[in-house]
Amino acid sequence: METVTTANSAEKTWGGGDNQPMGASYGKLMMWFFIVSDALTFSGFLAAYGFSRFKFIETWPLADEVFTHFPFMHGVSAPMYYVAFMTFILIFSSVTMVLAVDAGHQMKKDKVAIYMFLTIIGGLIFVGSQAWEWKNFIKGEYGAVETKGGSLLQFVDAEGHRVALADFAATLQEEREQLTPNKGRWFMSEATLPTYSVAEVEAGFKAHPDLLIRTEVIYEETEADAKNVTINHELTKHKHKTILTREESEKRLAQASMVVEGANLTRNEYGSKLFADFFFFITGFHGFHVFSGVIINIIIFFNVILGTYEKRKSYEMVEKVGLYWHFVDLVWVFVFTVFYLV
Amino acid sequence: MSHEHVSNTKRIWTVFGILSLITIVEVIFGIIKPESLHLNSFLGLNLLNWLFIILTLVKAYYIVYAFMHMEGETASLRNSVIIPLIFLVIFLLFILLTEAHYIFGVFKDSTIKWNF
Repeated sequence: METVTTANSAEKTWGGGDNQPMGASYGKLMMWFFIVSDALTFSGFLAAYGFSRFKFIETWPLADEVFTHFPFMHGVSAPMYYVAFMTFILIFSSVTMVLAVDAGHQMKKDKVAIYMFLTIIGGLIFVGSQAWEWKNFIKGEYGAVETKGGSLLQFVDAEGHRVALADFAATLQEEREQLTPNKGRWFMSEATLPTYSVAEVEAGFKAHPDLLIRTEVIYEETEADAKNVTINHELTKHKHKTILTREESEKRLAQASMVVEGANLTRNEYGSKLFADFFFFITGFHGFHVFSGVIINIIIFFNVILGTYEKRKSYEMVEKVGLYWHFVDLVWVFVFTVFYLV
Repeated sequence: MSHEHVSNTKRIWTVFGILSLITIVEVIFGIIKPESLHLNSFLGLNLLNWLFIILTLVKAYYIVYAFMHMEGETASLRNSVIIPLIFLVIFLLFILLTEAHYIFGVFKDSTIKWNF
């Protein structure tokens, strides 16, 4: 801030610079303060995710089995491609942001405006993509069954491929009406009923003798596992989920207590209950940052167009929102690794 | 702080190229999961995950140094942002992951079991 002068401006201050500590303006330094604290917040979340994952390391869902959707490609398993696309969008919007900052240094108003506009578009595409990702995650694809003990059972065919509940569940003549507040005697309601009841899934399983159950447990080629007669050793692969024999599958399914379709904050069809919680919370918190970034970028964009920074003879404000925007990109790089790759 | 106001456009596109390349490599490895990396581990973490973590840190370096223009800041600002962050994050991860590993052991080996 060139206009601000203090009494001791002639003296040498901490870390060099003239009257600015560390040679950075007040606004930029404060943005760095914010970024450091926000980075620690995200580190806390990701470390908590790591904690829960290490605690349930044997049963944690495998990411490339969960995120397999790509727009206009139904039924095709396309792990990773969509998040890769999202990552590109965010990196590219970072590039346009830094180009805007660069154009600001040269006081080229029109170029700054164009690059800011592209950055906003990139941010909106990213938030939209995340909404689509959430939609698929919440809707689910195959469905699963939860046992009385709280573990999750999924279904596979004789080749070990996943089978959706809709492909085998029987249709029984049973009526189960959703309890909604207007039907209750008091303030009563319940969660949305699954498409199939436990009885229908069990009947369907009985009618299809080639179906097997896949548990949450990740198979490790240990001595004890190799001797375990309840495991279907032909289909189960090292570092993949364990598939059971038909007799053991029937035994496990007898303990079923509810049908799980898709995901919410309580349970999800992918496995560990905490998995969906962390997914919603961390990607949601990051998505909220992106959304805030888009709003801030829009405000700055209008200021650029109105010539505010031209009058101020400095585009430093663009630089400051740029710092925030790059930080959001930086966080996504880590979220991407932690949720989709590792 | 680039007071000289020179254009860095070439550098920006180079960094974009590097970041894209790393992302593509990560995705390819994530889809193929080569067994030689996936099934061998070093310090309790398999080599594939080591690769992903190292590539992520390289990406983070380029974003902070080139895009956030950390390379142009004074050494004191650079150090006061980066050193505390790196130290605290490693500290937090070490504490939490060690504890989680211990709890996993308790569930697995003691009388409290998740066996239903």
